[in-house]
Amino acid sequence: MYPAEFDYHAPTALADALHLLQGHDGTVKVLAGGQSLLPLMKLRLADASTLVDIGRIAELRGIREDGDAVVIGATTTYRDILDSAVVGRRVPLLVDTVRQIGDMQVRSRGTIGGSLAHADPGGDLPATILAVDAQMTAAGSGGTRTIAARDFFTGMLTTSLNEGEVLTSVRLPALDQARTGSAYLKHRHPASGYAVVGVAAIVRLAADGTCQEARVGVTGAGSQAMRAGGVESALQGKALDDATLADAASHAAEGLDLLSDPYASAEFRGHLAQVLTRRALAAAVARARGGPGA
Amino acid sequence: MAVTRLFGSSVKRREDPRLITGRAMYTDDVKLPGMAYMAILRSPYAHARITRLDTSRASKQPGVLAVYTGKDIDGKLNPMPCAWLPKDSDLKVPPYRALALDTVRFTGDGVAAVVATSAYIAHDALDLIDVDYEQLPVVTEQTAAVAAGAPQLHEDAPGNQAMHWRLGGGDVDSAFRDAEVVVRQRIVQQRLVPNAMETRGTVAQWDPGMGELTMYNTSQNPHIARFISSVVTGIPENKIRVIARDVGGGFGSKIPVYPGDMLTAFAARELDRPVKWVETRRENFVATIHGRDHVQEVELAARKDGTVTGLRVKAWANLGAYLSMAAPGVPTWLFGTMVTGCYTIPNFAVDVFGVFTNTTPVDAYRGAGRPEAAFLIERMMDLLAVELKMDPVDLRRKNFISKDAFPYTAASTLQYDSGDYDMTLDKALEAVDYKALRREQEEGRKQGRYLGIGLSTYVEVCGLGPSAAAGAMGFQGGLWEPATVRVLATGKALVYTGTNPHGQGEETTFAQIVGEELGLPIEDIEVIHGDTAQISMGWGTYGSRTTAVGGSAIILAARKVRDKASKLAAHLLEAAPEDIVFDQGRFSVKGSPARAKTIQDIALMANVAWDMPEGMAPGLEESHFYDPVNFTFPFGAHICVVDVDADTGEVHIRRYVAVDDCGLVINPMIVDGQVHGGVAQGIGQALYEGAIYDEGGQLITGSMMDYTVPNSTQIPTIETIRTETPSPVNPLGLKGVGETGTIASTEAVVNAVADALAPFGIHHLEMPMTPERVWRTIEDAKRQSGTTPATPGR
Ligand SMILES: Cc1cc2nc3c(=O)[nH]c(=O)nc-3n(C[C@H](O)[C@H](O)[C@H](O)COP(=O)(O)OP(=O)(O)OC[C@H]3O[C@@H](n4cnc5c(N)ncnc54)[C@H](O)[C@@H]3O)c2cc1C
Repeated sequence: MYPAEFDYHAPTALADALHLLQGHDGTVKVLAGGQSLLPLMKLRLADASTLVDIGRIAELRGIREDGDAVVIGATTTYRDILDSAVVGRRVPLLVDTVRQIGDMQVRSRGTIGGSLAHADPGGDLPATILAVDAQMTAAGSGGTRTIAARDFFTGMLTTSLNEGEVLTSVRLPALDQARTGSAYLKHRHPASGYAVVGVAAIVRLAADGTCQEARVGVTGAGSQAMRAGGVESALQGKALDDATLADAASHAAEGLDLLSDPYASAEFRGHLAQVLTRRALAAAVARARGGPGA
Repeated sequence: MAVTRLFGSSVKRREDPRLITGRAMYTDDVKLPGMAYMAILRSPYAHARITRLDTSRASKQPGVLAVYTGKDIDGKLNPMPCAWLPKDSDLKVPPYRALALDTVRFTGDGVAAVVATSAYIAHDALDLIDVDYEQLPVVTEQTAAVAAGAPQLHEDAPGNQAMHWRLGGGDVDSAFRDAEVVVRQRIVQQRLVPNAMETRGTVAQWDPGMGELTMYNTSQNPHIARFISSVVTGIPENKIRVIARDVGGGFGSKIPVYPGDMLTAFAARELDRPVKWVETRRENFVATIHGRDHVQEVELAARKDGTVTGLRVKAWANLGAYLSMAAPGVPTWLFGTMVTGCYTIPNFAVDVFGVFTNTTPVDAYRGAGRPEAAFLIERMMDLLAVELKMDPVDLRRKNFISKDAFPYTAASTLQYDSGDYDMTLDKALEAVDYKALRREQEEGRKQGRYLGIGLSTYVEVCGLGPSAAAGAMGFQGGLWEPATVRVLATGKALVYTGTNPHGQGEETTFAQIVGEELGLPIEDIEVIHGDTAQISMGWGTYGSRTTAVGGSAIILAARKVRDKASKLAAHLLEAAPEDIVFDQGRFSVKGSPARAKTIQDIALMANVAWDMPEGMAPGLEESHFYDPVNFTFPFGAHICVVDVDADTGEVHIRRYVAVDDCGLVINPMIVDGQVHGGVAQGIGQALYEGAIYDEGGQLITGSMMDYTVPNSTQIPTIETIRTETPSPVNPLGLKGVGETGTIASTEAVVNAVADALAPFGIHHLEMPMTPERVWRTIEDAKRQSGTTPATPGR
């Protein structure tokens, strides 16, 4: 597979990258891990006259704690995240998610920023980013701004990043509070590995064991990842028995613009969203109660 | 010296170090001075007339050396020949041109070829070729293609029928008239994409002085490639050399010679410079043959006690847009002869319709016809067991050909060489603890857990085969093999085989055979294959024939070498030839073991020829041309145990036990490896793989992102057990194991899932059994019956 000809730049400073991205005709593209962009170019489905490789900009890579949150640089790879004790302790849901992405090669090259900026409907991270209520930081010629997860994904393969803007970091509120559990469950596409449906669930219990708060992100099923508001409100204040979880999970596909492909129809995706939501909630509840994997 | 037998030991594969450290020589590794690169423009439509084809923009591109269209090659390259013409079958062979002349008939059909100084320039130039297409109606499915009013592909094949072929034995009509029970099923063998790890390609070099063509080619059978290339290019066969050294898997897809190969040769000669063409993976999906793709209507007649009395099969085989080289043989002889399996079914009839459609040509894919047959009969046996409320084990046993009946002449007239079907079944049942599993199944069902046990007691035909049989079947070639064993003065040996192993491991097993016969260390033996200039002739590697036929030729050649060496030893030791005993590479005189010569001593003396006995020619080299007297019939029992998640439709394979009897085993590790690979592909068909065309004839599963070739995490641990029932057919006593895995496994998995879902009233599922398909089948069954068996967790 032979991509069309392109120019390549690998700046070491963010300012240089932003400069290179200005004033072009939209065929100048950011290159991060290349796991989505390069295959598209080889198939000649994406055309980029110039690539700006942001992989050598030191400030974009790394993981740090910031009070009640963990901040992860955009070019931090999946591998870095899996290797991070901080993430494992404070945002175990992210580890649970990243573990299930692609294969070892993809995890070694792919980046958190690339995944979010690409906004593939079958990407795993969007479900988790939505469930934890993460915040993205983006830099452009006009300065930096933060974008809430809910406002970030705007449709199939589209985000609220502007032309020429670079996603620089992601801030994830920590989940290591008492009586909190989370889980990410996924139905993998058997060929691509992407999420046919992925569900990220976070459950926080009140002292009496009822549901204080539940947050659920669903990816894969629809054209863009969404929070499952119907599920969340159905759990609010409830005692969390199997019947309640199943009942709440039946709202999982509400509001989703369900996708259909030769592997899984819209109907099946909707069905899987419900089953996986029920199972993810059950796992999160078990962890919140201090069960296995708490 | 410790007595170690080479035959039967798990010698590590000698070819692996180079294959797994990037030092192999695949076609794409060949780089010749001045080499140019070819890319092929392929039709984006499944059926269209080319109304304008303008290559001028592409031709003017810097670096582009030539652009060829169908008109440019017309009269210079003959159409691709079909090399299997079944007798009595009214086969139509429409012209299959290397580049379409005016009509394209499948998405991927060649339209033009660009040769340039780099692969990038060649691929860029494809975008600069201007083509106008007038789209024509499309048909991709075979039963639709034979229906009245369907779009027609070829003028000379009315109704898109390429052939009608029949085979039968006994009196099937009266069997059905007298039947106490009849079970019927429509079975679909979906289309598969072989997906060898190495895509196909050719590097062609023209020597104008000698008028010779050298082709490096990804071929399973370089001598056939030489033969066909001479037919297509007009270059005499003795002026063509085909080299296929390392070939990265084939599974049948590298048996045929393809348009791309011939275009590369054509371009090299026209331009008088080496030309390389290597498929991209996307191109491989549409331009290399596909496999299977049958629709079958099957009926099985039986008595109430389970005795099977008759089998009737009607099959529609999708052959694609043109006839690939061996295509007509696969759904006929390689399928129809084996539908009765390992059972004494006295009456059967098979009707096969070969059908043209607007799809990639279909040809042999690992197992080629025999998986379609084994699946059919093993599936039907399970359906009959359900109908009769019999245990599928008991039903099978009742109908097995008994072990005393061998050699057994089946109703197909094939003579099965040897077998013991109860024995392999016993071993498989014991390995899984069948009774305990059935108890667990019963318990589980009460709690909404769906465990399934699937059996496949298969037999297949391989070791292809007697050349006379090849002729009788209409195969336009022979099926014998030559071998040469040459021992050099230093005691090192060269072994030449006409087969062309491409991953199977015969560089090791063939060395084991010769090492065993001559007492040479395996390190001193080189196995040479894949070069028509070095090897006199050969029919290649497919049909699990390489060791059964090629290996037999080698052992017989090695024995001739030993006989000659023994006579020379007698001469040198001044003993009578009959007094020489040979053991572990030493020729000694009976009764006085100190008087001895080693094989190395003899090799030296034979090669310098200073002191040869009267009438003995110099040298230590012998050849043997071996034509087998019969086919071989490997058999066995596979059991697949699955858990089905009725909520999501996911199938989890809990255990997979493969008991295979491929006769005597030269290298158990290699045999296991063949079983593993075959089973993986068979599970692939059952659960994952399937080529899907949309209504317009686009292959929508045309990449690794949407066509699932299972990877190691999707394949369970395969527990292999071997039994060794010698074959009387060949001097090695072996049968062949290259295809047993795919032939045996698919039905084991489907039978397991159908067994798991029996409580829902489900007894058959189509493939691939993806989660959605399983889930839907369950949902439909629930809706139909109005009952819901237990489900967990709710
Ligand atoms: C075989 C395979 C399997 C995969 N399986 C999965 C899976 O199971 N789950 C899953 O979620 N993903 C999967 N992926 C996709 C993988 O996660 C990608 O790595 C990821 O989606 C993109 O990250 P990247 O760093 O490779 O981005 P790139 O491919 O480099 O870029 C992707 C896009 O994002 C833009 N971009 C990248 N970084 C930034 C930035 N910081 N700011 C602005 N724009 C940016 C690029 O311009 C480009 O348009 C798979 C990929 C492959 C090849």
